[in-house]
Amino acid sequence: MSFSDPAISVRGLGKNYTIVHKQHKHSTLAETMLHAMRRPFKRMEQETFWALKDVSFDVPRGEVVGIIGKNGAGKSTLLKILSQIAEPTEGEIDLYGQVGSLLEVGTGFHPELTGRENVFLNGAILGMRRRDIQRQFDAIVDFAGVEKFLDTPVKRYSSGMYVRLAFAVAAHLNPEILIVDEVLAVGDAEFQKKCLGKMQDVSQGQGRTVLFVSHNMAAVRQLCTQAIYLKSGRIVKQGATEEVLDLYNATRERAYVTREANEHGLSFVDLEMRDTVTGARTEAPVFNRDYIMIAHVRVKRPLTHAALNLRIFDDLNNKVTSICSVEEGLGPITMEGDVRIRYRFSKMGLYPGRYAVNLEVDRPNDPTRYLQIEDALVFEVQPAIIHDAMWAYEKAHGVGRMVEEVTLLEGDRRESGDEALLRSA
Amino acid sequence: MTTVEELYANAPVAAANARGKPLRKIRPRKGWIGVDVREMWRFRDLLWSLVIRDIKLRYKQTALGVSWVVLQPLVAAGIFSFVFGKLASMPVDKTTDGRPIPYFLFSFASLVGWQLFANSVNKISGILVGNSAMVSKVYFPRLMLPISGTIGCAADALVAFAMLVVMQLWQGIGFGPQAFLIPFMALPFVAISLGIGMWSSALCVQYRDVGVILPVALQFLMYASPVAYTANVVDKYPLIHYLYYLNPMAALLGAWRWSVLSTPFPPMWAFCYAMIMSFLALLAGTMVFRRMERTFADVI
Repeated sequence: MSFSDPAISVRGLGKNYTIVHKQHKHSTLAETMLHAMRRPFKRMEQETFWALKDVSFDVPRGEVVGIIGKNGAGKSTLLKILSQIAEPTEGEIDLYGQVGSLLEVGTGFHPELTGRENVFLNGAILGMRRRDIQRQFDAIVDFAGVEKFLDTPVKRYSSGMYVRLAFAVAAHLNPEILIVDEVLAVGDAEFQKKCLGKMQDVSQGQGRTVLFVSHNMAAVRQLCTQAIYLKSGRIVKQGATEEVLDLYNATRERAYVTREANEHGLSFVDLEMRDTVTGARTEAPVFNRDYIMIAHVRVKRPLTHAALNLRIFDDLNNKVTSICSVEEGLGPITMEGDVRIRYRFSKMGLYPGRYAVNLEVDRPNDPTRYLQIEDALVFEVQPAIIHDAMWAYEKAHGVGRMVEEVTLLEGDRRESGDEALLRSA
Repeated sequence: MTTVEELYANAPVAAANARGKPLRKIRPRKGWIGVDVREMWRFRDLLWSLVIRDIKLRYKQTALGVSWVVLQPLVAAGIFSFVFGKLASMPVDKTTDGRPIPYFLFSFASLVGWQLFANSVNKISGILVGNSAMVSKVYFPRLMLPISGTIGCAADALVAFAMLVVMQLWQGIGFGPQAFLIPFMALPFVAISLGIGMWSSALCVQYRDVGVILPVALQFLMYASPVAYTANVVDKYPLIHYLYYLNPMAALLGAWRWSVLSTPFPPMWAFCYAMIMSFLALLAGTMVFRRMERTFADVI
């Protein structure tokens, strides 16, 4: 790997935000002035929060670098600074090439304008020259597959068409350095594949440098030649994708979660897993044994018509399953005070490996997430031999066991499995 | 996995300007920042797109469409004629050669200038908040937004001005030689509104109150300015006369009407003061905007 020819060079980058404490938070001029008049010599109590600190790295030209880390690790802040949207507090960045960034699909799209008008507007907002857009117009429309609806206002588009058109514009941006934030989280699976393919073309075929943030670890693994692991605003590791992903997965742990109530008056208290037999708390459940999980949240003001959902992700951040209270026949409930919900797993069916559980409180038909806790619980399923079998299930077999029992009905000539094994050896 | 060397082999773009000086350096900036004209020139197509978007959007799903540009000042002038002209009998100027000017024409001419100013201030002050998704997700020279707002309002004023020309000729008032200075007299309206607009749009990012107060302040300022009446009414009182012209809009409107309707020119000192004030406003607005823009994306 050669660092002599970087596309991006970052040295000692830091970005802080000032958090004003709640009792002194002013959002109107009058409050600020009133406060200043009452206590003219007292500075507002404020706290400095470093979203990024001492971040240094080089990105060699032509590499595709994935940036991974939990929410709040500083990934988006880093991309915003590299895109010149936000300004750093300290440090130096040198960019050796024209930067194009795509932090959101369809920024500046206007529902009243037609598809054609939006292509030109969005292209201009992303920094494309009008003649470049004209030159690539057919390719953009073709990629999005919306030829028939070009002169229809995009408010009449399906959300899939909307996203396809928006990504198509950005995909034809053609900068030397492309910065992309989690745009693959939108659209259907087939289109996501198309986008990944396009990004691969951009990096390999055209030798451009790509910086890529995603929660989709499979996409990072597939696309990126290098990865940077950010945690609490600092770089934990930079290097080959596999190594960084392994470290990320190994150090992934239960989130440090604030116990303070959020703006909806909800707070997370606990999500615990217990052995059904012994009652002992565990984060290393054994495959095929019985466990219960108990979710505990606290509600300041009663929340009507609420549901509590758990989402379980594997170490590639694929969603393995969701456990939704309403679909399980519980509620919607009116949450009040301490809310505890128990989940009984008659047999731990997840294959050995690390899993993370996100906890969410929402209300059916209401897009607001009233509480969202990432990695509320992280556990690692331990392998176990079942039915006196020869081998245990392992990670490579998939995500979970569906079957209860496997029985031979007819057709085995062998007396026992052991003899068959000996013969084959 | 492909090695870096292999990537270089089929990387014409990278090879073209590999090695060498960085194209762009990002450093924390402090204090006052100048205007980066080259960067703005690079984004000139964006400016055009923003102006076109606003013009297309403004009258979408309106029954009367673009005719609102003309109807708005016409309706306002009609109301002025009734309230101030008929009921209150407010005095208006005559032309310098003594011909009377119909009240409706007088107030319409004033309103073309006033609305260029007031509409721009209103529009620009909300333009950052109104485009917050763009500001927080995309890089572009932030000054493009207020400038696009100004151009949009100037286009409106041009349509209204064409209407004014038609009405004026129809009423037989005609134009004097000073009509050549009409563009020059419109310029300070643009400058002062852009200056105040940029200042308040930057403030609006942090304090949304500005957007609430501003229309009220503009309404107040309109009555304090000679829009619906002639500035002569204050000439009798020497002290008030000077105080009155502290408002730069007083002399600017007077000079505007002088160029269009051939009414008497406002006091020269007041005019010079107003011109200086409007360009100071532009300068100060730009400086404040540039100074505050580095936190827009963090705060908005």
